Amino acid sequence: MRSFLLDALRKGKATIAPPGPDAAALEETARALGERARQRLGRSLAIREIDAGSCNGCELEIHAVSNPVYDVERFGLKFVASPRHADVLLVTGPVTWNMREALLRTYNAAPEPKWVVALGDCAVNCGVFAGSPAVVGPLADILPVDLHVPGCPPPPLEIVRALLALMEVQAAGR
Amino acid sequence: MSGARTLADLLGGRAAGPDGYARLAVDASAWTALAAGCAASLHDLGALWADGGTMRMALSDSGRGLRAIVSLQTDMGHYPSVAAHHPPALRLERAMRDLYGVQPIGLPDPRPWLDHGRWPERRNEARYEFLPTAGEGLHQIPVGPVHAGIIEPGHFRFTANGETVVRLEERLGYVHKGVEGLMVGAEVEQAARIVGRISGDSTVAYAWAFARAVEAALGWTPPPRAVLLRGVMAELERLSHHINDVGAICNDASVLAIHARCTLQREDVLAVADACFGHRLMMDRVLPGGVAADLSAEGVGKIRGLLARFEETRDEILRVYDSMPSLQDRTVTTGIVAAELARQYATGGFVGRASGRAFDARKSFAYAPYDQVDFDLKMRTGGDVDARLLVRMDEIGESLRILLQLLGRLVPGEIRAVRPAAAAGEGAALVEAFRGDVFVSVRVGADGRLAHVHARDASWFQWPLLEAAIEGNIVADFPLCNKSFNCSYSGHDL
Repeated sequence: MRSFLLDALRKGKATIAPPGPDAAALEETARALGERARQRLGRSLAIREIDAGSCNGCELEIHAVSNPVYDVERFGLKFVASPRHADVLLVTGPVTWNMREALLRTYNAAPEPKWVVALGDCAVNCGVFAGSPAVVGPLADILPVDLHVPGCPPPPLEIVRALLALMEVQAAGR
Repeated sequence: MSGARTLADLLGGRAAGPDGYARLAVDASAWTALAAGCAASLHDLGALWADGGTMRMALSDSGRGLRAIVSLQTDMGHYPSVAAHHPPALRLERAMRDLYGVQPIGLPDPRPWLDHGRWPERRNEARYEFLPTAGEGLHQIPVGPVHAGIIEPGHFRFTANGETVVRLEERLGYVHKGVEGLMVGAEVEQAARIVGRISGDSTVAYAWAFARAVEAALGWTPPPRAVLLRGVMAELERLSHHINDVGAICNDASVLAIHARCTLQREDVLAVADACFGHRLMMDRVLPGGVAADLSAEGVGKIRGLLARFEETRDEILRVYDSMPSLQDRTVTTGIVAAELARQYATGGFVGRASGRAFDARKSFAYAPYDQVDFDLKMRTGGDVDARLLVRMDEIGESLRILLQLLGRLVPGEIRAVRPAAAAGEGAALVEAFRGDVFVSVRVGADGRLAHVHARDASWFQWPLLEAAIEGNIVADFPLCNKSFNCSYSGHDL
């Protein structure tokens, strides 16, 4: 285990640095939110992820935002185990009939105020699964959606930036 | 078992098609004799599916290099149940009955499987009866379908006595998207996009299996460079998941440092894949006839750099894992899968290979480019979480060797062949995904569109073994067992 620490010292920080337009925009949003979001929710958003029919591709990239390169927790974004602790429901997949009830129950279990993010092409418009009788429809047909994040799957940096933008919008909107 | 029939006897020297599968129609008694042959370990059950009014079964005998797809014309949808003789067919038959209405006569468990009583055009009972448990001091723990972590949905019903799990019963089907129905009548390219999202984590393996099946059906030959590039993408996919799984298992034993190191290495793979092929997961990069993205000389250099870094990570993780008795205390002798069960279920991937089943589609039914590559089939016999973790580490070493050889053999050339004139045909293929063999069978109609596609994920024959592996373990060790299997929900739910 000591070798891990020595190695980390030798190689330096793995977390991506701010320079470059994308990362700068990300930092900027993070800073803006630091001011405003604190008024309503403190400096953090608790996120509950719900796979409502995904192929597991989006889940892989949602996992990636927590790795040391993107390190989403540094922005105050935290994934939580229970919807009762959540501010944001991050939903993936074309909503299947078999997941519809679990999705609604999870939504109802989250306290107000809450925000819903449709992540990935499937949650946005059912993606390649559009038209299947086993699929209810895009997430917006079932729940009020505050933010759409297209992509198949959206890369981690875009997921991070979208979540930061959501904090900005919800704080500014009231 | 009496009445059992071997594959060799059935085939009687009949030649296999270009895809390696002999195809023949059988009657109900031969069908049942072959099912009994599965139960008697004369051959393995590879897949079982409905195609119109016909039931089909893929059988294999890797020792003799035999594979067959047998077809049985149903009697108005009725046919003799395979699961009545061979339990591994049970969920397959329940699923096919739910999707296509075919009725297996003598099915030992008549409960629905993928049909949860929610589909709008059906009016099935939404209530599901779990198997009864009786005994003093037993309590039930229902988990899911929405789990605590960021994973796919499914329901686990634990019956426990104090800390000890007496029984686990799985209920799956929550992410059923109707993929087979969506592909009926689809153009080949559109179907390839859907197949690549049956289980998005194995998108390269699925797309490759589909491509090979379509190519066999139409007599379509991909260029040599494309075949090598498919191998490169498939091994990158395998590396990304194997290292991620190792980290996830250690994370569930609270060793966050290993987890962090593994996720960093995974990120390295995905960033290189993105730079080389234009997509982090390499979705839609393997197509029938070849591949959609070429690898530049610069890309080759990037992958070589990755291999060196990965080798270092692997050695480091192994060193740390070996030096932590408190971690091994959680993994060694936890969640043991008996060798006999792995054999009975013809379980593929690291689950089978950690329990002594020497099967890897890249070796057992070798396909290009693996038939020209020097690597070893890695197997262990412990059958526990530790063995499944170490098989992954062993296989990472082999994937690094494979990639070096594939890169060394790349010569300039075409990456996609033109589709031949032939329109109709049947084809099937078996490809080794990171979690085990993926089987895809296709039927192309006279109009050149897909008439039927069936995909069988390795998880079908792994999920039932998870139920067996957890028995007698403590509830707190379930996450470790589950991660060490890492079965697909979406790939199973179809």
